[in-house]
Amino acid sequence: MSILQILDIGLAGLVLAVAAWTVFARDAFAAVVGFVAYGLLLSLVWVRLFAVDVALTEAAIGSGVTGVLLIGAAGRLRKVEASRDDELPGASLRLFAAALCIFVTLVLAGVVLSLPDPGPTLAPEAARHLAETGLGNPITAVLLSYRSFDTMLEKVVLVLAVVGVWSLAADQYWGGAAGNPRGAEPDGTRALLAQVLPPLGILIGIHMVWVGADEPGGAFQGGAILAAMWMITMMAGLTEMPSIRSRLLRLVLVAGPAVFVAVGVAGVAFASGVFAYPTGFAKPLILFIEAFMTLSIAVTLPVLVAGPPKRLRQQ
Amino acid sequence: MNVLLDLFSVIAICFGTFFFLAGTAGLLRFPDALSRLHALTKADNLGVGLIVLGLLPHAGSLLAALKLVAIWALIQLAGATSAQLIARAIRRSG
Repeated sequence: MSILQILDIGLAGLVLAVAAWTVFARDAFAAVVGFVAYGLLLSLVWVRLFAVDVALTEAAIGSGVTGVLLIGAAGRLRKVEASRDDELPGASLRLFAAALCIFVTLVLAGVVLSLPDPGPTLAPEAARHLAETGLGNPITAVLLSYRSFDTMLEKVVLVLAVVGVWSLAADQYWGGAAGNPRGAEPDGTRALLAQVLPPLGILIGIHMVWVGADEPGGAFQGGAILAAMWMITMMAGLTEMPSIRSRLLRLVLVAGPAVFVAVGVAGVAFASGVFAYPTGFAKPLILFIEAFMTLSIAVTLPVLVAGPPKRLRQQ
Repeated sequence: MNVLLDLFSVIAICFGTFFFLAGTAGLLRFPDALSRLHALTKADNLGVGLIVLGLLPHAGSLLAALKLVAIWALIQLAGATSAQLIARAIRRSG
């Protein structure tokens, strides 16, 4: 057995151990910390499976942004968590839930183990037509050319999530802004980080989108880094969420999906059909769509983290 | 020359992993939260720094080497900030 195999088995064992620890953690905050560590370990697993694009997404979205959302949720639940012990589901219901989860896991494991070897794959097809898209990264070709309709719908789901979060606003706060106002929490440590990191972070975010055409990276990963930079400055009290009435905010939120749909529909007139690109123009069009998608993602994620508006509308 | 560079890498990376080992031992054995935090941030700082130093001769290009150094600098920044925030939370909770 080679050293790499031993490391792989160790990594897999560690992922399972952290997953078990997360499930059995008593405190919601501890479970969230476990979940973030689990996500980071999982991204190492993806690297070992040579899926660097997935690893980047897992680290940025699965572990990073989801982690921030869950920490916020755990913080809000903390006040009521202690007094809720009597409302926990009974032993029989929990046993039933555990049995159901184990059953689903066993079915999934059975399906994976019964796959033919070598597994059915479209990878050679995807690689053969890569040149027609002008892209070097087959993952980006799949996401934005072969199945661009799915990717467009994923962006629409993000807008729907924002609508869902905003609709939780109390009536008097409708039209107000979420999060804390600027300068609410003057804090030296966070302010220093929020001033030093963004110049580098914005550069890395844009770099990741740009290289996504030919190397691992893309709109989602780069957009998540840009989103993180805005979140950091907001947490330090250096910037604040605009009012949800802001036209600019709403415009940027829908810009990505809107441009995607517009280019897709234009395919009827200029190419072979809906969501088809005209020959020779695939790469510039894909980069055009990705630029707007990145902008939308970079704004959508902080809006989701900030939650429903909590401040009165300013007259 | 190559042998010397390899030797340099091996020594630097070994020292780096030693700091991680020491930091982990400190995290598990030190009595209070602030000392544990101290052990952890030293491991991040010197451990990653020495491993990056050991990897530099094998980076292949100047850009890759700069990326490695940038990773070290970013870990420093993240480590220093989170250590400050955790320490403050510990002091507030008493």
